[in-house]
Amino acid sequence: MLHHHAILERKSILLLVLIIVVILIGGIVEIIPLFRMQTVIEPVKGVRPYTPLELAGYDIYIREGCYNCHSQQIRPLRDEVARYGHYSLAAESMYDHPFQWGSKRTGPDLARVGGKYSDDWHVAHLANPRSVVPESVMPTYGFLNHNQAEINKIGDHMKTLRLVGVPYTDDQIANAYNDAVAQAHTEDMDDHVAGLKSRYGDKVNARLFDGNPDMVTEMDALVAYLQVLGTMVEFPTAEAVKPQSAEAPAAPAAAHTPSAPAPAADKPQEH
Amino acid sequence: MTSATTNIAPRYNDDVVRLFTIATIFWGVVGFAAGVFIALQLAFPWLNFEPYLNFGRLRPLHTSAVIFAFGGNALFATSYYVVQRTCRVRLWSDGLALFTFWGYNLFIVIAALGYVLGVTQGKEYAEPEWYADLWLTVVWVAYLIVYMATIIKRSEPHIYVANWFYMAFIITVAVLHLGNNLSIPVSLLGAKSYAVPSGVQSAMIQWWYGHNAVGFFLTAGFLGMMYYFIPKQANRPVYSYRLSILHFWSLIFIYIWAGPHHLHYTALPDWAQTLGMTFSIILWMPSWGGMINGMMTLSGAWDKLRTDPIIRFMIIAVAFYGMSTFEGPLMSIKAVNSLSHYTDWTIGHVHAGALGWVGFITFGALYYLVPRLWGRDRLYSIKLVNVHLWIATIGIVLYICAMWVSGIMQGLMWKSYDSMGFLEYSFVESVKEMHIFYVLRAMGGLLYLIGALIMVYNFVKTVKGEVRRAEYPEIPAYSKSTEVTV
Repeated sequence: MLHHHAILERKSILLLVLIIVVILIGGIVEIIPLFRMQTVIEPVKGVRPYTPLELAGYDIYIREGCYNCHSQQIRPLRDEVARYGHYSLAAESMYDHPFQWGSKRTGPDLARVGGKYSDDWHVAHLANPRSVVPESVMPTYGFLNHNQAEINKIGDHMKTLRLVGVPYTDDQIANAYNDAVAQAHTEDMDDHVAGLKSRYGDKVNARLFDGNPDMVTEMDALVAYLQVLGTMVEFPTAEAVKPQSAEAPAAPAAAHTPSAPAPAADKPQEH
Repeated sequence: MTSATTNIAPRYNDDVVRLFTIATIFWGVVGFAAGVFIALQLAFPWLNFEPYLNFGRLRPLHTSAVIFAFGGNALFATSYYVVQRTCRVRLWSDGLALFTFWGYNLFIVIAALGYVLGVTQGKEYAEPEWYADLWLTVVWVAYLIVYMATIIKRSEPHIYVANWFYMAFIITVAVLHLGNNLSIPVSLLGAKSYAVPSGVQSAMIQWWYGHNAVGFFLTAGFLGMMYYFIPKQANRPVYSYRLSILHFWSLIFIYIWAGPHHLHYTALPDWAQTLGMTFSIILWMPSWGGMINGMMTLSGAWDKLRTDPIIRFMIIAVAFYGMSTFEGPLMSIKAVNSLSHYTDWTIGHVHAGALGWVGFITFGALYYLVPRLWGRDRLYSIKLVNVHLWIATIGIVLYICAMWVSGIMQGLMWKSYDSMGFLEYSFVESVKEMHIFYVLRAMGGLLYLIGALIMVYNFVKTVKGEVRRAEYPEIPAYSKSTEVTV
């Protein structure tokens, strides 16, 4: 049978066409069915598109290459659920263009980092990770405190995302800038906070993330993004066991896990 | 196959091959140095200089420099060299071939500047933004045209096996590049774009791309290199013609399916994960088919392994290929992957393939090419080739052993429980334990870099026409009159 191959070895275009056919099959079988959304992404309540400020934070997360060292994908394995919280659902990254699941954990998973640490902790940690976690090998990101977040044109970013399927409303796009500014302030400081919450829900975190009321910084944006990660879907908390450690922080994300007794094991306070 | 007579310079276009060869060597040193630097950053975090030289921005610079700049230029150089000789015809268009050189290297510079400035799509090995991607598409189409047109006008009726692999590499990389970079720019005047697919679909498409960047860029293309340069250097025919047919078609068919093994236990549907795992395990066979064909080409000439360090480079490369294509299927098994994924084991695995296979087969080809391209009878020093070989080999062994130990240790620490059923270690305790292995890894990389610098020295001397007197006592001093261009 192999001697028929001699024909192919003399016809370059036929060889090229056959190569293309052979390499397309696997990709077609594995990729096309995934666009049948209803079977791939189980419907869950709570997942919403990012607010303008969180989106600016997502852009910074990508720009700085955070995905090189941090995953955002908790696998349904006992230790990961105990360490990080409920395993990741497909719906939770359905508005990430592209996904930020990562492939390496030089640092811990961030899929449910939202609410786990205080804003102050994040600001101090990003400016100098070793000030709060002495053994950390993470680079410093102090410049985020001094850079103004790119929110002037964040509405254009949302329009682009709407083109690829993120359901931003005209109202959300028209108010993008004001919403971004509002989210980095508190209700008594900015009249627009109520509007922001009417557009994105009452759960939206609106506060002085970096403690600086004068400027909406990249630090505000990145912390706003980190603080929403993994918090959109509410998992049943009724059976949750309280962390055993007396040193556990106030808002343990591990409480989301109904089955696993979670020692807050990756908390820097333990060192 | 090739004619080694003198004064037929116009027959083949070696000018462009020389340019690509110089670029290969230059980017190799840059990429290895960047690797050593970011390895040191992980061991000593004060080496991060925010914002431009932070690890997160430099790591794509390293991966792009070694894969696309070093590997890519090596593939251009060797494919243009091989296609002319095996088709016995000059490249189809000198102008378009020269355009691929400047165009491709411009792409690399654009991409690298972008990384440092924070311009990235945020997808591994596909970081360049939309404008760089469009430019690469233009260059790649030109490459395909030059390559195919040269094959079409060949004077040799039969298309040699190396060219099948180069063809599969060029066309598949085109398909992958277009498929994975569908994105919409926010503004035509800005760098930022958003990918068309999101979440789980973008993950699947990214790793369909990512794994086949390994499969077709770093494997098929370099197998093309193996199929030409090992037989030439060993002066033996390819071991089995039938095996080359079987392993070519099975390799390119099966590789494409293996992407989902990067997404085990994620939100990707189970059926896709299982398909990815199954095909990854099957892939072991065609991979070893290639390894056997490369290695057994030395049948009847095994003595060359003792006498010829260039052959030694090539055969060690094939051995590393065999090792990493066994390790890969092993790591794609879900049970193993649950331990190995997200750890340094993956990094070690990649570098066994990249430093051992891709690097060594390229060094072998370069040592074959440089004297011929610059019309020298011999390398400046064969002893230095041997020194390069051993320094680099020790470097690789140090690197991959450090990553094996640290990777498996990470995986086990993350999964340890105490007697009460709680997690035994905090995450940062595992970070702390990595330090010594990150230092060892950087030392391994440094040795590899030093080896490459020895090669550069050897090439500079060779191109100047010098020979190391101690090794060649019988050879007269170089004179211009002996210069040939083949």
